[in-house]
Amino acid sequence: MAANVIMRVWRGDASGGEFRDYEVVAEEGEVVLDVLHRVQAGQAGDLALRWNCKAGRCGSCSAEINGLPRLTCMTRMNLFPPGEPVTVAPMSTFPVIRDLVTDVSLNYEKAQQVPPFTPRPKEPDGTYRMQQADIDRVQEFHRCIECFLCQNVCHVIRDHEENKQVFAGPRMFIRYAELEMHPLDTNDRRELLQARAGLGMCNITKCCTEVCPERIRITDNAIIPLKERVADVRYDPIFWLGRKIRRRKDPDQA
Amino acid sequence: MADYETHAFDVVVVGAGGAGLRAAIEASAQGARTAMVCKSLLGKAHTVMAEGGIAAALANVYPEDNWRVHFRDTMRGGKMLGNWRMAQIHAQEAPERVLELEAWGALFDRTADGRILQRDFGGHRYARLAHVGDRTGLEMIRTLQHRAIQAGIEVFMECTVTRLLTDGDRIAGALGYRRESGRFVVFRAPAIVLATGGVGKAYKVTSNSWEYTGDGHALALWAGGDLIDMEFVQFHPTGMVWPPSVRGILVTEGVRGDGGVLRNALGERFMFRYIPEMFRAETAETEEEADRWYTDRSARRTPDLLPRDEVARAINTEIKEGRGSPHGGVYLDIATRRDPEYITRRLPGMYHQFLELADVDITKEPMEVGPTCHYMMGGVRVDAETQASTVPGLFAAGEVAGGMHGANRLGGNSLSDLLVFGQRAGRSAAEYAAGAMAPAAMNTGEVEELVRAALQPFEATGTENPYAIQQDLQECMQTMVGIIRTEDELTKSFDELAVLRERAGRVRVEGHRQYNPGWHLALDLDPLLAVSECIARAALERKESRGAQTREDYPEADPELGQVNVVVRQRDGELWLTREPLPPMPDELQAVLKEV
Repeated sequence: MAANVIMRVWRGDASGGEFRDYEVVAEEGEVVLDVLHRVQAGQAGDLALRWNCKAGRCGSCSAEINGLPRLTCMTRMNLFPPGEPVTVAPMSTFPVIRDLVTDVSLNYEKAQQVPPFTPRPKEPDGTYRMQQADIDRVQEFHRCIECFLCQNVCHVIRDHEENKQVFAGPRMFIRYAELEMHPLDTNDRRELLQARAGLGMCNITKCCTEVCPERIRITDNAIIPLKERVADVRYDPIFWLGRKIRRRKDPDQA
Repeated sequence: MADYETHAFDVVVVGAGGAGLRAAIEASAQGARTAMVCKSLLGKAHTVMAEGGIAAALANVYPEDNWRVHFRDTMRGGKMLGNWRMAQIHAQEAPERVLELEAWGALFDRTADGRILQRDFGGHRYARLAHVGDRTGLEMIRTLQHRAIQAGIEVFMECTVTRLLTDGDRIAGALGYRRESGRFVVFRAPAIVLATGGVGKAYKVTSNSWEYTGDGHALALWAGGDLIDMEFVQFHPTGMVWPPSVRGILVTEGVRGDGGVLRNALGERFMFRYIPEMFRAETAETEEEADRWYTDRSARRTPDLLPRDEVARAINTEIKEGRGSPHGGVYLDIATRRDPEYITRRLPGMYHQFLELADVDITKEPMEVGPTCHYMMGGVRVDAETQASTVPGLFAAGEVAGGMHGANRLGGNSLSDLLVFGQRAGRSAAEYAAGAMAPAAMNTGEVEELVRAALQPFEATGTENPYAIQQDLQECMQTMVGIIRTEDELTKSFDELAVLRERAGRVRVEGHRQYNPGWHLALDLDPLLAVSECIARAALERKESRGAQTREDYPEADPELGQVNVVVRQRDGELWLTREPLPPMPDELQAVLKEV
C-alpha cells in the first residue's frame, strides 16, 4: 500500500522562503509527520520542524496542511487525493524562525499576564470537596494541549498584527475561563479580560473551535460565558454588588 | 575565541518535565535564583504523555490503603532491588504532593463524595492512582507550568545542555546551545539538578519522543557521577503495533485497570498461565475470581495487572510461540467488557488515538498491542534524602535518577516519583547553593574546546548521516539489548556500538546552525551511544533474570545478585563496572514487607 507522494514543504526563514517539492514514499497508515521525518532522514537533514509525542497529546507539531491548520502527527496521509502534492506550511500568525518552526513566544508572554489561581481555604479535614458535575466543564478546558492552532486561525490576530499586543486570543480565553469557572478559585479576572485581554474583540466566528484537535468548544463553552460574565460586571452595578455580597457568604457560588 | 553567552544562577534545573518543574518551583521558593533549561517548548516534556495516573496512598477508595502497603507493593514490584529509603519516602510523601497539586489548581476525577478518585493499576494492591481520564500527565505538567511561570522562574526553552562544567570534582555550571539560533550558552551555577528523563530513543519501538536521548545519564557519567541499575529498561507491555506509523505509542495500563483484558489469537486470557511464584498468593487463578476483583477485594487481583515486566514477558512469549495477532501483537479487549459510555468517559484519549490513527473503534473491537520501550529504571546514583549525586553540586530527580524503582517500576509510581523527589532535589540544591563557599571557577579553555567539537559536524569531511546512525543504533539495541538478552548478543552489541561510535565521529550535517534538527541529532548521538554502552555492559554484568532484565542464558534469579547494584562509572575515558551491596533495610521495614 506504499505510494510515492510529493511533499511540498515551505523552506525558509524570517527573511523569506519558498515551497520545495520532495518525492517520498508514504507507507500504509502513515501521518504527515511520518513522511516529513522520511524527508528529513533522506533528503533534507536540516528541515526544521517541532514534534514530541506523535500521538496528539503534546501540541508541538502544528502546521498548515493544504491550507488547513492541523497537527501533523494526527493527519493521516490517506486523507489526501492520490497524485496531488501535499502542501505543508508553517502557522502564518506567528513569525517564522525556520521552515515549519515558528516563534510562539507571544503565547507564553500572554500566559504570564493571567492572574494566578487563588484557592479558597480547605475543608476542616484538610481536603477540598468538589462534585464531578461541577468540574466537568473546567476539565474540558484543561484538555488544551497548547498547539496554538486556535491562536493561529483567529482572524483578530492573524490578519491584524497590531492586535497582538491587546488581544489574548482563544487559548488564553480558555485559560481565563478555566480559572473563572474553577470551583475553588477566588480571584476575579473579569475587568482585566475586557480591559487588557481584548475579550470584546472576539466576534464569535468560531474558527478556533473548528480547528481545535481536542474538540474543546472554545467559543460556546468558554468565550461566550466569559463575555456574559464581563457584561454582568461592567454594565449592571446592582448585579455586580449582589454577586459580590453573595460571594463573600458562599465562595462556591462565585 | 568561541562565541557564547553567559548566565549566572544559584540553581540550574536541566529538564522541564514533572521532576524539573517541581524542583525549580521548590528551589525558587527557597530563595534560590533558579533557571530551567529544556530541549522543547515548555509544557511539551514527556510527562505530558503520561496517561493513567499518579500513585499515592490517599485511601479515598479503599480506606485500608496506607504508605506501608504502597511501600511493600513498590519494593516487590522492583523485585526487592529498589532503594528501600527512597521507596519509603516516596510512599510517605506522595499523598502530600498530590494534594498540593490540587491546591495549585489541578482537577482530578472525583469520588461520589467529592474527593480525588483513584483507579486500579498493575502491582498495586488497592486502587491508588489519582487521575484525570487518561490524560493525567497533561494535568500535572500544566499545573506545574502555571505555578513555575507565576513564581517567575527563568526558562530557557529549546536549549540543549551538552556538558556539565566542573571545578575540580565539584559542579561549576553547564554548557548548552540554543536550538533556535545554534548559539552556545554557558550557565554558571554551583548547583545543577538533572531532570532529563530517560533514553527510550536508543530503541526502535518506543513510546518516547526525540528528546529521550539519555542526556542526564551521560552528563552525570562524564562529570564523574555513578550510574546504577542501568541494565533495567522497562518495556511497557502495551504499545500500539499497527499501522507501522504508530508502533510503540503508549496504550495506558488504565485500560486493564478499568476492566480490559489481554487475549491471544486463540481468544485465551493467557495471563493466567504466567503468574510467578512471588505474586501467586495475591493473584486470581480463575477468570471468575479475576472479574469479581474489580468490585470485591476479598477476591484476588487479575493477572492482567501483574507488574509490567511480567506482562511484557508473557506477551513476548505468546507472540514468539505463534499465538500473536496478525500484526505481531496480542489483543487488549475492553469492548466486550465495558459499555461504550464508560469506555469513552474513562479512556477518551485511547478512544480517539485508535480511531484516528488505526481505524479501530475500541468500544467495538479489541486493540492490538505489544511491548514498547518506555522507561529507564537505572540512573544517577543519588542520596535518598537529598537526591545529591556523588558529584558535589549535582542532583538528580525523576527518571534520570536511579534506585527508587529497582528492577522494575510499577505503573503510576513515576508521576509520584517526579513530584516527591523533584521537590526534595529542588530544596537540597537550593540549600547546597546557599552554603556553597567560593564560586566555582570556570575553565574557558575547556568551554572553547567543547564548542569547537560541537561544531565539527559542519566542518567534517565525512559522509555519515546522523539519522542513519540513530536508526542503526535503534536496530542494534532493540535486537541485541532488548527484552530478552544473551551473553552472545550482548557481546556482539559491544562491537556494533564501537562501529557506531566510530561512524558518529565522521558525521556530517548539511545547512547552518539555525534550528537544524540534523545537527541536533548529531550532538544527541553522544549521550545516546554512551548510555547505550552502559546498558549493554550492565546487562552483561548481571548474570541473572530479575525484573526487566531477562537473560535467556540465566533464566533464574540469583539470590546473591539480588543483594547488589551494578554500578557504572567512567574514569580516564574508560567505563568501570562494579557490584556494590544494597543499603541494608531496617528491621521495622522488613516487618512491613511481611505484615501486609
